[in-house]
Amino acid sequence: MISFNLLVLVSLAYVAFLFLVAFAAERRAALGKTGWLRSSTIYTLSLSIYCTAWTFYGAVGYAARSGLEYLTIYLGPTLVMIGWWWLVRKLVRIGRTQRLTSIADLISSRYGKSTVLGVMVTVLAIVGTTPYIALQLQSVTQSIGVFAASSGEAWMPRDFNSAAMWVAVGLAVFTVAFGTRNLDAHERHHGIVLAIAVEAMVKLFALLAVGIFVVWGIAGGVGPTLDLIDASAQSQLRPIAGRWIGLIFVSAGAFLCLPRMFQVLVVENSDERALGTAGWAFPAYLLLMSLFVVPIAVVGLDLMPEGANPDLFVVTLPLSEGRQGLAILSFLGGFSSATSMVIVATLALATMVSNHIIVPSWLNARTPGAVVSGDVRRVVVISRRISIGMILAFGYIYFRLSGGGTALAVIGLVSFMGVVQVLPAMIGGVFWRGANRWGAGAGLMVGFTVWAWTSFLPSFGIDAAISHSVFENGPFGIGWLRPQALFGITGLDPFVHALFWSMFLNTTSFMLVSILTFPNPLERLQGAQFVNVFDYSSGARTWSQSAAQAEDLLVMAQRILGGTAAQETFRAEAKSQGKVGFLPDVTPDFIGRLERELAGSVGAATAHAMIGQLTEGTIVSVEDLIAVADETAQIMEYSSELEAKSAEQERTARALLEANEMLTTLSIQKDAFLSQISHELRTPMTSIRSFSDILRDGEVEDDVRKRFAGIIHEESNRLTRLLDDLLDLGVLESGQVQLNLGQGSLADVLDRAVIASGADTGKLKIMRKPANEAVVVNTDLDRLAQVFINLISNAAKYCTSATPQLRIIVREIGGNTVVDFCDNGEGIPNESQSMIFEKFSRLEDEGKAGGAGLGLAICRQIMGALGGDVTYLPGQGGAAFRVTLPQTQALAAQ
Amino acid sequence: MSKPKRTEFLERSSYRQRRFRDGARLLPVVALVLMVLPLMWPRSAPEQSLTSSGIIYIFCLWMLLILCAYVLSRVLRLSDPVRDEEARTPRGGE
Amino acid sequence: MGQRVLLIEDEPNIIEAVSYILSKDGWTVHTHSDGETAMEKVMQGVPDLIILDVMLPGRSGYDILRDLKAQETTADVPVMMLTARGQAKDREMAIDLGATRFMTKPFSNAEVLESVRALATR
Repeated sequence: MISFNLLVLVSLAYVAFLFLVAFAAERRAALGKTGWLRSSTIYTLSLSIYCTAWTFYGAVGYAARSGLEYLTIYLGPTLVMIGWWWLVRKLVRIGRTQRLTSIADLISSRYGKSTVLGVMVTVLAIVGTTPYIALQLQSVTQSIGVFAASSGEAWMPRDFNSAAMWVAVGLAVFTVAFGTRNLDAHERHHGIVLAIAVEAMVKLFALLAVGIFVVWGIAGGVGPTLDLIDASAQSQLRPIAGRWIGLIFVSAGAFLCLPRMFQVLVVENSDERALGTAGWAFPAYLLLMSLFVVPIAVVGLDLMPEGANPDLFVVTLPLSEGRQGLAILSFLGGFSSATSMVIVATLALATMVSNHIIVPSWLNARTPGAVVSGDVRRVVVISRRISIGMILAFGYIYFRLSGGGTALAVIGLVSFMGVVQVLPAMIGGVFWRGANRWGAGAGLMVGFTVWAWTSFLPSFGIDAAISHSVFENGPFGIGWLRPQALFGITGLDPFVHALFWSMFLNTTSFMLVSILTFPNPLERLQGAQFVNVFDYSSGARTWSQSAAQAEDLLVMAQRILGGTAAQETFRAEAKSQGKVGFLPDVTPDFIGRLERELAGSVGAATAHAMIGQLTEGTIVSVEDLIAVADETAQIMEYSSELEAKSAEQERTARALLEANEMLTTLSIQKDAFLSQISHELRTPMTSIRSFSDILRDGEVEDDVRKRFAGIIHEESNRLTRLLDDLLDLGVLESGQVQLNLGQGSLADVLDRAVIASGADTGKLKIMRKPANEAVVVNTDLDRLAQVFINLISNAAKYCTSATPQLRIIVREIGGNTVVDFCDNGEGIPNESQSMIFEKFSRLEDEGKAGGAGLGLAICRQIMGALGGDVTYLPGQGGAAFRVTLPQTQALAAQ
Repeated sequence: MSKPKRTEFLERSSYRQRRFRDGARLLPVVALVLMVLPLMWPRSAPEQSLTSSGIIYIFCLWMLLILCAYVLSRVLRLSDPVRDEEARTPRGGE
Repeated sequence: MGQRVLLIEDEPNIIEAVSYILSKDGWTVHTHSDGETAMEKVMQGVPDLIILDVMLPGRSGYDILRDLKAQETTADVPVMMLTARGQAKDREMAIDLGATRFMTKPFSNAEVLESVRALATR
């Protein structure tokens, strides 16, 4: 007999392997090597989370009970995927242009970024998915129980419970570790996707292996197997027309509406072209998964003792034939099916809970200005982690309460029918511009209620949730409300009955209410965006003129996207406008783009609300609506080529204008330069000459003479420094600078700079993270130190805070090491930011500083000569400068 | 032999593309009809079993559909406009 | 003697030097180092002579000069401009605006004394 410990060992090894795979994928993705991680093969395999433990174990049980009917569960998704050109393609395009994070986000975003609809879909999804998660836990523990029993250990219910709990905890850890790492849904979860792709192959391989063993190993080939099938009792079962069609419909709908399917199908899609491959490869996967189901069921019924659970034939059949290796493989297949489903479902639900329930309530609980001050990013990550734990806890509790009695297929179907209630709002939303949020809300409410009454509650069994008398006579004796005979129509199969009434009433109320009510402007705009997504794939502007400041927006974006990503977005936008630096003009287009970017992290409704707080609620006006979403579709005739051209011209014009402004300013400065130099030189000379006259001419007391001599000394030093700076700048500008290349640690250079600037003894508090500074730099260390000294002494001189602080942060961005110097003073006003690197460009309050305004100009020249850069970094709460060190690879190669 | 006339070739190919798209739209409709077809098979005596022929029919249909979808995915020219757009506004770099 | 001179200049060392030599010569020297509030300082007690720097924080010496010439009480007070820029157009501008004398830094102490004496005896 097989050792139970061996099974545990193998499972643990397998889990460790999955962690490793996910970790390696994350590593590769972090290095930017996403090539094959984004391939269409991985995409297709990730879709296989449709095949859960229900498929792996339950399909055989289903076939044993109802014959061919199990096939409908695969035919539905097959229809959706070979018909991807109709719907899936549109969903994926919408998902990517609108940066959707979940199915709840799709509904919320389509219907005017409505928070209420998001909450409704989220609740529906949780109610529909929790039993399903419980089902996966149950199937894993049951199959473990099979092995335990075969090795002679009788399992108590307590053992099942603790096994289920450990599985749930393990899955929570995995999902938290790889699912809440990056916030932007656009960045995608490479680790998880690759892990489930591996699991997809394992479960397919396992099921095929068992099938081949059964057909050729036990039954003796294809012919005898077919004879066996025809001879079996279940060949008498003929498909019932209503159930056959209904099941195909439900499985097709669930394939689109299940939160986990939406996650892999739409959210994780990184290339529309992968759909072409998935369109045939995924149906092929389903075909292979279901190919051997009937043979296994028939042979199992034939060989296994009376009363054996057909749901577990896939494991028990090889075990009873003494094929332990095969049994373990089969167990791993079932384990893979269960875990991959739970991981993705939990992740998708956690995203929905955090984006549609937790974060909006958190934002509401804070004062309006809080958008810029709160740390949204942390809240989102923490709320996601908590949600993951909560959802798995729900699944576990449901598992404990239900006691694991119900046949797998029943829970699966009830759950499917629940999520399909979203289908009318979804299909209506992408194909019908008239659909509005009142209709969607009404449809969801009605569908959810009817489903709960006719399918969900009865699924607990008679007298469990609904009493026997209600089943017989209806609630309060109202006969036409009987859960399985609504409106007095009896004799229907309960499944068909529930499906028919829930979908019929759902769709009818959705359409009727939509027809009778009016959408708001934002809904109409979004409606046009969704329905005509192929006509304008860049997304419309939902903002008109705005009072928002670029810097405020940057501060907010940094809180959600993280510093680097937000700065990158702003810099790219500024560049596309033909500007340098980090602050683009705040155009409606830009706000729209930024909102979508934020929506990728926190969902459309929240992103919209947050931007709304900063822009003081100037949302779409009627004119904007007409301009963008005019139903006469004039806009569609608008040649996109022309648009591109004029955008290009505008960019060029803007760049020219800016260059011209720069030149004018520079030429004025050039004039000013001479008189500046004159001023800077003559001022100390005046003191020197005057005091030396005094000393030469008169009798001066001793101490006064000493003092005057001191001033002369000090002023001549000032002159020397100034001349040094000027010469330095001259050499640097002419490009004839001699670099003294050397190798050293960045920490040393910073240490040296802090000491040389005298800041370590002054009032300025310097905060550093030595761990990040262990970077070897290969450059002119003295010159680099000179730049650092300049920046540090600037902070010491100009930081206006009562307790001045300077943070020096070293980090790696896009292969470059950057050093940020951020103080807590007032910062530099927007309009001066582009001038501070020019010669003699001291800010307003000169005089105090005692410098000639050459420092930053020299810094920029030095960094240029070293192959790096120094820029002003806005939005950091004080003055902040970013020194980008030269690319290390390039220098290492020298 | 003589080279194909370039303009005519292009027109033909874009015409073909549009027809292939029609094909892609038609495929699931035909598939659905064929999938419910077994329901209309004559209900013969209960002892005459149809399960094995049902299995063979469904799986053959399935493979045919996969083949059609495969052929369509090869002949349909797909682009990924969203990615193109991302590529136009390069992130990072000078 | 005891005539009052107001020195408006922002460079502390120059203030010290000029105050020293003028005090030695018997003048009462008041100093002020901010351009923005310079007019108020003048109005507190109109001096007999003003020495005015061109580059001042807050407000340029030319603007102050323009104000001085526009006010009845101060229009006749002689003003000596100091500048470190020393270009021809600066001198022209100062004279146009009504400065009595224009002196380029650096200057010798003798020059300063001579100019101040000349202006005061007018």
